[in-house]
Amino acid sequence: MAKHFNILAGMAGAVALGVMAVTPAAAWEPTKPVDFVIMAGAGGGADQIARFLQSVAEKKDLTSRPLVPNNKGGGSGAEALIALNTTNDPDHTILVTLNSFFTTPLRQPDLGVDITTFTPVAMMGVDPFVLWVHKDSGITTFEQWLETVKAANGEYVMGGTGTGQEDSLVITFLKDAYGLDIKYIPYDGGGAVAKDLAGQQIMATVNNPAEAKGFYEAGDVVPLVAFSDERLPAFPDVPTIKEKGQDFSYYNQRAVVGAPGQSAEAAEYYQNLFKTIYDSEEWQGYMTSESLSPLWMSPDEQKEYWALQVERHKELLANMEE
Amino acid sequence: MEILELLSHGLFLAIQPMNIALIVVGVTLGLFIGAMPGLGSVNGVAILLPITFLVPPASAIIFLAAIYYGAMYGGAISSITLGIPGASTAVATTFDGRPLALKGRASLALVTAAIASFVGGTVSILLFTAFAPPLAHVALSFGPPEIFALMLLAFATFVGLGGDDIPKTVLSICLGLVFASVGFDQISGAPRLVFFGISGFLHGINFLVLAIGVYGIGEMLWTLDTTRGKITSTEARMTFAGIVADTRECFAKAWKGMSIGSFLGFFVGILPAAGATPGSLMSYGVAKMTGRDPDSYGRGNPDGVAAPEAANNSASTGAMLPMLTLGIPGSPTTAILLGGMVIWGLTPGPRLFTDQPEFVWGLIGSFYVSNFFALVINLSFIPLFIWMLRMPFTILAPMIFVLSVVGGYAATNDMHDVWLMLIFGISAFFLRKFDYPLAPAVLAIVLGPIAEPTLRQSLLLSSGDPSIFFTRPIAGTITVIAIILILLPLVGVIRRKLRGTNKASA
Repeated sequence: MAKHFNILAGMAGAVALGVMAVTPAAAWEPTKPVDFVIMAGAGGGADQIARFLQSVAEKKDLTSRPLVPNNKGGGSGAEALIALNTTNDPDHTILVTLNSFFTTPLRQPDLGVDITTFTPVAMMGVDPFVLWVHKDSGITTFEQWLETVKAANGEYVMGGTGTGQEDSLVITFLKDAYGLDIKYIPYDGGGAVAKDLAGQQIMATVNNPAEAKGFYEAGDVVPLVAFSDERLPAFPDVPTIKEKGQDFSYYNQRAVVGAPGQSAEAAEYYQNLFKTIYDSEEWQGYMTSESLSPLWMSPDEQKEYWALQVERHKELLANMEE
Repeated sequence: MEILELLSHGLFLAIQPMNIALIVVGVTLGLFIGAMPGLGSVNGVAILLPITFLVPPASAIIFLAAIYYGAMYGGAISSITLGIPGASTAVATTFDGRPLALKGRASLALVTAAIASFVGGTVSILLFTAFAPPLAHVALSFGPPEIFALMLLAFATFVGLGGDDIPKTVLSICLGLVFASVGFDQISGAPRLVFFGISGFLHGINFLVLAIGVYGIGEMLWTLDTTRGKITSTEARMTFAGIVADTRECFAKAWKGMSIGSFLGFFVGILPAAGATPGSLMSYGVAKMTGRDPDSYGRGNPDGVAAPEAANNSASTGAMLPMLTLGIPGSPTTAILLGGMVIWGLTPGPRLFTDQPEFVWGLIGSFYVSNFFALVINLSFIPLFIWMLRMPFTILAPMIFVLSVVGGYAATNDMHDVWLMLIFGISAFFLRKFDYPLAPAVLAIVLGPIAEPTLRQSLLLSSGDPSIFFTRPIAGTITVIAIILILLPLVGVIRRKLRGTNKASA
């Protein structure tokens, strides 16, 4: 057994060597596999994106050492933040984030995580949110939905990825803006939420287009309103919440960050790597097909964006606790 | 008839020379990855995913499916020969596989595992071919209350087994549930039971760490203790006639476990929350409960090898169903396959069967072909594993120790887990001395993380009213069966008491 396993390891080594041979010499390069931490469990939206990024790097031979995906979704991503904060090799540790990058440290100050110490790498795009219902509910407009929720008198059930998570912030906004009473069921990932809407275990969701796509194309679920600034190109008939007279939009960030204390050379390497991936045909195509909006930023702009998002999420979370 | 036509196209695609070569290589690699403790199909598929960009999508998924299948077969090998579960899906195989090997019947156990895997694989593929789209709707009708009821049923099969000491079984389950709740709470996101503030507990207690500790280290200590330093080796020989005889014995003694595993495994596999590990444990429980002689399970009954092995193969096909038809992975391995499909430019979901028939039926065709090759390759390697077993235990014991440590580390790449595994192993040895059954604890740590959130989601749905588990038709039926199973041993006790008093009065 052990012998055959060596053969396998040898094969992996041979692949790595082959990759090294074609990579031009650069100032800094990883000297061992890169711990590519994902702030969510396997199978969800963030995970799919992370694996897509990794495969583009792999397919185009962009790295001298492989990016090894490592799911750490526990505690709304707290597990991942702690892993980055305590790593003893910050030059070989990067993280794929979503908005829990901002909310989790705010909600759990005991973790001792200060995101301003993290290293900005790349903003790969932002993922909009859409309100979905099952086609059998007969609801086709946002106004109809509001009436239905009000008539249900507190018995209207929505599902999401957990209190304090991205979708729950949008649902809190809806509750406050329209005076709604909604029962909220937390799940462990956007995929499970989409499935239980298709199975009518829950009545509505606020989910990213990518996670509801399969069911939307099959006609099982209906989009009612988008929480984006402009109408989404993939859903031209779906109005935005701004058109409904609310000054509100909300996106999930799909960004890559480095561990605190990462050296400037390593940070530059990853920034260039993800810029190449960002510009690739594959990623641009993925953004179009999954309805992501481009939002490229320089490292300094990313830092500013973080500060802005922390303030915004402080407000949103404060509203939630009221 | 349209299905048959599509299937024959699929089979034709699967027997293209390149695809056959990929299947053979994939199954063989999978077999060894599965046999390595700590590495399972998840690791195999994840490591080899990038290689698949070199071939067309249909060939790529055929290769990955072959690894998946091979790993399901391979997991049984170290479970039987060394008593270390080769993969999480093969933990239940150690329950009876290891005692059989100790009795010198390792070849029977290995042959049974291979044949049961083949039968489970075949049954599930037939079910998949015939019923894939309608079964997707069954999966959708399982909401949180139904899944929780199913978990309750799984626990009930272990408590209601009879034979074992029931208070000790319940204690063992509770211990497992406590371990299962270590780490971050899924619903509130708050850390729980982080013992002594050690950060290693934040990611929870990995189920494989407990399983390898209990069955690898615990079993090794037990064998060392019971043989008291005598140089022992297992009498195990292998001939062609032996394989034929074992095959006959396997069908005679283990047909029931095979059929339970094949059907139950498939069904559990198609539920997105579950996967092959719960499927194999539940099938073992049901096989033991319905067995003519429940006490013989855990002491080397081939039926106890057949049930989990048929189930894990069947479940691994089943888990493909929600992935392909709903875009939702039924197991960690299918989650990675799903990522692969997105990369290849396919959208898994309700339309995949109509939009990409060549891909889907090529994959199904490859299931048939891989299953056949997996059986042949597995059977031909059995003499090698038997030969390993004939080494004296003084050589085997250090090997088991090293493999257990490597396996414990490989699961999470954290030394914390290695220490934890050693503590579990030593504790398991002493618990076993006091006759505590440990399988229920292993079951609880697998099912706890599924049962707890679904219980809480259900109660949120009903505003705290537990009647939700009875009023919904599917959940209600399952809950009632579970409760009857839990009460069954009690009825037995009362009947025995009554009979006792009758005799006394007569």
